[in-house]
Amino acid sequence: MRFLEFDTLTEILLTMKQNKLRSFLTGFAVSWGIFMLIILLGSGNGLKNGITSNFSDRATNSMMIWGGRTTMPYKGFKAYRRLQLTNNEVTMLKNHFKEIDLITGEVNRNSMVSYKQESGSYEISGIQPGYNGINTLKINKGRFINDMDLKHERKVIVLPRKVAELLFKGDDPLGKWVKVDGLSFQVVGIDATAERGEGSSCYIPLTTAQKVYHLGIETYRISFTVNGLHSEEANEDFGKQIRAYLGRQLIVHPEDLNSIGLWNQAADYVQTMKIFSTIDLFVLFIGICTLIAGLVGVGNIMVITVKERTREFGIRKSLGATPGTILNSILLESVVVTTLFGYVGMLFGIGILELISMAMGGQGGGGESNMQIFANPTVDLKVVLGATLLLIIAGLIAGYIPARKAVRIKPIEAMRAE
Amino acid sequence: MIHFENIHKTYPGAQPLHVLKGLDLHIEQGDYVSIMGASGSGKSTMLNILGILDDYDTGTYHLDGKLIKDLSETRSAQLRNELVGFVFQSFNLINFKNALENVALPLYYKGVSRKKRHAMALEYLDRMGLKDWWHHYPNELSGGQKQRIAIARALIAQPKIILADEPTGALDSITTEEVMQVLSDVNKEGITMVIVTHEASVAEKTKRIIHLKDGIIESDLFNIPFNLQTSAHHEVSRV
Repeated sequence: MRFLEFDTLTEILLTMKQNKLRSFLTGFAVSWGIFMLIILLGSGNGLKNGITSNFSDRATNSMMIWGGRTTMPYKGFKAYRRLQLTNNEVTMLKNHFKEIDLITGEVNRNSMVSYKQESGSYEISGIQPGYNGINTLKINKGRFINDMDLKHERKVIVLPRKVAELLFKGDDPLGKWVKVDGLSFQVVGIDATAERGEGSSCYIPLTTAQKVYHLGIETYRISFTVNGLHSEEANEDFGKQIRAYLGRQLIVHPEDLNSIGLWNQAADYVQTMKIFSTIDLFVLFIGICTLIAGLVGVGNIMVITVKERTREFGIRKSLGATPGTILNSILLESVVVTTLFGYVGMLFGIGILELISMAMGGQGGGGESNMQIFANPTVDLKVVLGATLLLIIAGLIAGYIPARKAVRIKPIEAMRAE
Repeated sequence: MIHFENIHKTYPGAQPLHVLKGLDLHIEQGDYVSIMGASGSGKSTMLNILGILDDYDTGTYHLDGKLIKDLSETRSAQLRNELVGFVFQSFNLINFKNALENVALPLYYKGVSRKKRHAMALEYLDRMGLKDWWHHYPNELSGGQKQRIAIARALIAQPKIILADEPTGALDSITTEEVMQVLSDVNKEGITMVIVTHEASVAEKTKRIIHLKDGIIESDLFNIPFNLQTSAHHEVSRV
């Protein structure tokens, strides 16, 4: 079948040139449809990217637990007892729940940190290596706290970039010794996580912190990441399991499990994502409706075109055009119009999104601690390819009905139609 | 070349119209035939069946030895392209194509390359004396020129027969002469020529005149001596 031959295409361009205004108007409808689709999808993505960037400091599948106070007496314990988490709970949780991936106990204090003449009060967090991963840190120099540090209760410290700059005034801090409440700690790494909001910590090994601050094996909080929970229900359920398990360990009344503090980022995240998939769906729906309006336009024009060209098709048939060639030429014309103009609309849409992206990138940097609600409004390649495919298919459908009509034209009757 | 045996054709409808009532017609290769008849005599229907543009109900039709019956649209389009050239009263040129492109169109459906078909189209335009007009569009040409372009288009695929439906109907008497001269020249090359006309002066120029009436052949006469402008007609023995 000579479907995509040069000749066929020239024939189509020639007939399109016959009626420039009509071709343009038809094309415009399609261009507009796809343009709107791209803009809508892009804006939806921008909104999503903006909101999710606020989550990005913490892994989206992380949970945190902390001890609270009981509200009921239980098994000989009085009410309002303070629940204390310890290293034991860290180990037990990790061993008991196979869903738990990274885990860390956390303690924190504010301490004086000094280097030579410079000093300041900063938050010191005692953590385990899993902390980096539960919270996405950017260690851009040196390393993070590791297991050996913990085991040997080493006095090593990871400083936030800003603190390092303030204390070291441009000197290389790696390997240098800083004083924390009078004790010397060696700087092993710099954390350059973009500081959003206040208070980024200096990190030291949990065991060291417990020793220095005389905490024994106590930990204030336990954070961990959980794998394999995809729904809100699963997350909620897992939270209940954690509380029930800890409730047994810490001897808490089964009705009083809420005294164990629990925060589930994953549940928040899943919920937010749910809102976004709803928005996505809505945007897609509107976009496709706009596109359909354009395509109905194409179909409409094709019907008129076929009607106007009835006589011509009759002549062509008498000269030996088969139904197949007639069908092909109309379908192809429809596809060429939709694809060509759709592509133009797509380019415009992507162009505008890129411009918005650039403009927003230009004024960024100032908004370091701002909540973002809009960022990086792009559509991914899959969507663009999908839209192209959709256009071609839609072009075929738009052309098919009129094409069928054209094929049924009887040459004799067609040629009389004058 | 053309063999109609007992062809019947009825147009269905509230009042079915029985147009052809057992038509027998035999036209040999190289014949130069005109078909006359009042409107409603069935001559257009007959021409449509001849040109594989329409189907018939019963009987048999052989064209160039091939049985033309119940063909698919695609097959009949191919046979039309291969065997038949059409010339119409209203020329039926495509307005947005120039003379050259119009003439070349049948070759496009034959799958001939662009370059080759344009060369051939130019050659056929030259034969019609219209080489210098190749880039003109139909609305820039006179009736006679348009019909000569239509004839060139009918000839370019080298068909076995040319079917002309009132080829001079839209022309004045001088251009009628011109066009009839061209058609008879074409016939002299051995191409079978069938002309439907209601003009006696046109029929006079053909070698054989068939009169249709009410769906059957009323008379079938050799126009002898067709070059001598006598009006003597002789009954032809039925083949």
